[in-house]
Amino acid sequence: MNIIVCIKQVPDTGSVKIDPETNTLIRSGVPSIINPFDLNAVELGLSLKDEQGGKVNVITMGPPQADEALRSTLAMGADNACLLSDRAFAGADTLATSYTLSMAVKKIGNFDLILCGKQAIDGDTAQVGPELAEILGIPQVTNVSKLIEVKDTTIVVEQELEDGCEIVEVERPCLLTVTKEINKPRMPSLKNSMRAKKAEIPVWKASDIDADEARIGLKGSATQVVKIFDPPKRTDRRILQGDVDEMATELAKELRKRLL
Amino acid sequence: MNYFLTEEQQMIRDLAAKIAVEKAAPVVAELDEKEEFPWEVMKTLASSDLFGVYLPEEYGGFGGGVFELCLVTEELSKVCCGMGVCYAASALGTLPILLFGSDAQKQKYLPDIAAGKKLAAFGLTEANAGSDAAAVATTAVRDNDSYVLNGTKQWITNAGEAEVYTVIAITDKAKGIRGASAFIVEKGTPGFSFGQKEKKMGIRCSATRELVFQDCRIPKENIIGREGMGFIVAMKTLDRARPGVASQGVGLAQGALDHAIRYSRERVQFGQAISSFQAIQHMLADMATQTEAARALTYASARMIDSGDDSISREAAMAKLFATDVCMKVTTDAVQIFGGYGYMREYPVEKMMRDAKILQIYEGTNQIQRNVIGLALIKEMAKKKV
Repeated sequence: MNIIVCIKQVPDTGSVKIDPETNTLIRSGVPSIINPFDLNAVELGLSLKDEQGGKVNVITMGPPQADEALRSTLAMGADNACLLSDRAFAGADTLATSYTLSMAVKKIGNFDLILCGKQAIDGDTAQVGPELAEILGIPQVTNVSKLIEVKDTTIVVEQELEDGCEIVEVERPCLLTVTKEINKPRMPSLKNSMRAKKAEIPVWKASDIDADEARIGLKGSATQVVKIFDPPKRTDRRILQGDVDEMATELAKELRKRLL
Repeated sequence: MNYFLTEEQQMIRDLAAKIAVEKAAPVVAELDEKEEFPWEVMKTLASSDLFGVYLPEEYGGFGGGVFELCLVTEELSKVCCGMGVCYAASALGTLPILLFGSDAQKQKYLPDIAAGKKLAAFGLTEANAGSDAAAVATTAVRDNDSYVLNGTKQWITNAGEAEVYTVIAITDKAKGIRGASAFIVEKGTPGFSFGQKEKKMGIRCSATRELVFQDCRIPKENIIGREGMGFIVAMKTLDRARPGVASQGVGLAQGALDHAIRYSRERVQFGQAISSFQAIQHMLADMATQTEAARALTYASARMIDSGDDSISREAAMAKLFATDVCMKVTTDAVQIFGGYGYMREYPVEKMMRDAKILQIYEGTNQIQRNVIGLALIKEMAKKKV
């Protein structure tokens, strides 16, 4: 089974601080990590390869330093990686990003499965996976928490919904986005780490994937981030105490006051 | 301190550190409490190829030596000395095969050990043969194409968990220590069983049990080297394993030191962090200096062994002696810096101090190490014939 995994390098949110003056993220000096859900996608790809054979190809769009993220997936056992990096890609929203990824997927060709994390921990949009499937015109299942069975032409998975789970059988080729419940990402191995260190990771520019200039980067973006800020802290919160009757009376009084 | 590791060695160290921090650290306290073998961590080390770092490439290893073994042991021991010994003791059990085994034995056992599919263990100590290793009473009697083993080995690390055991037994009592031989015994061989799991002060996640041999019949091909070589096999094995014990000491000391530094910056007394007091700073300075000196001696002895030098008993003993004495002192001081909190199980240094004590005892007590060093000094001077 030939698998393409899409990953994103994100700032380690545990160490991100917000500049109190400008209210923006201080990104300098913050270590980058692979988006945690994407590591689950890589693990799913590798375990499918262990069972079924085939190749795992990892792609990402990002600045040149995203090369490091790709190498760490090679150290886990991925076969190939390529980096989509071009100044023309800068400022891409989810739409431009998924278009760019779709062109890279077409260039790689011959795939049975595309895997993504369910969302990135920096933007939290959860849009790139679904958009990529739509652009490619293949079926998708989001929030996959369990792989149940791989059949001849389909794959059966469990999809996590808000208040339950759904078992879905989907035709391949298809795209899955995965949750962290699906597996535990493996550690790199020494042999793969050696290979990863020496591996040549191709860098594809817009022209390498025949991308339409009007659909990439800022120009191809349907949305723009205008401002990032901390939501103002609410200071008018109260925790009621006492027995239930007292609290209910107090709550009703308070609600009436505010609603009127 | 820069020890000029090669790119491969850095990779080994970083990978071991990653596993120690991400996989081992979260379960350290729980496994210590439950006295449970760290199988999950061992399996991760296996799938990451770390069991083969010191084994030749032709047997599926990575082609490194004692130095690489030390790097992994040190990183694990920073987080848990018990896990460090589970890993290092497998190498101890493997060294007799690596050093003295036939090609057929190496082909048969080393690839699985390198892949971490099987753990190994080394059985020398008995109830009445501790420091006096020559007092071994377990016997191996030749019977046609077999040897039949009888006797009990005591306090064997990895016993019960390991698949491959290298065991010292007497084949000719009349010859004393020259009548000892080394054998490979596989788990599951009829007549080979294990005693109760010992309850220990420290390194409690590691398994320590008796190896019990009752008319245990093994093929004659399982002898390592020749009859009568057992004591040499044991001594050469221990010489090469000592930097591994030393690196447990270095790792454990470093782990305790790191906790102590961190805590001293957080703990406020008299209105300031206790790290601002010179009394604390001087303690930390001594701990750091001693730990670094132990690391330097450990690495130097490991590199000397890997260079192929054969007369390494003294240096290996010095590394084991120094690093483990340092470790006992540093972990004790770490508890001191933590004060009352340090004595509580809720904080990590309590376990570290308990773990440290065994390092001064096993694989040759530090008194025996001094004997080895002292004897080497006297021999060397005698040779000079001044």
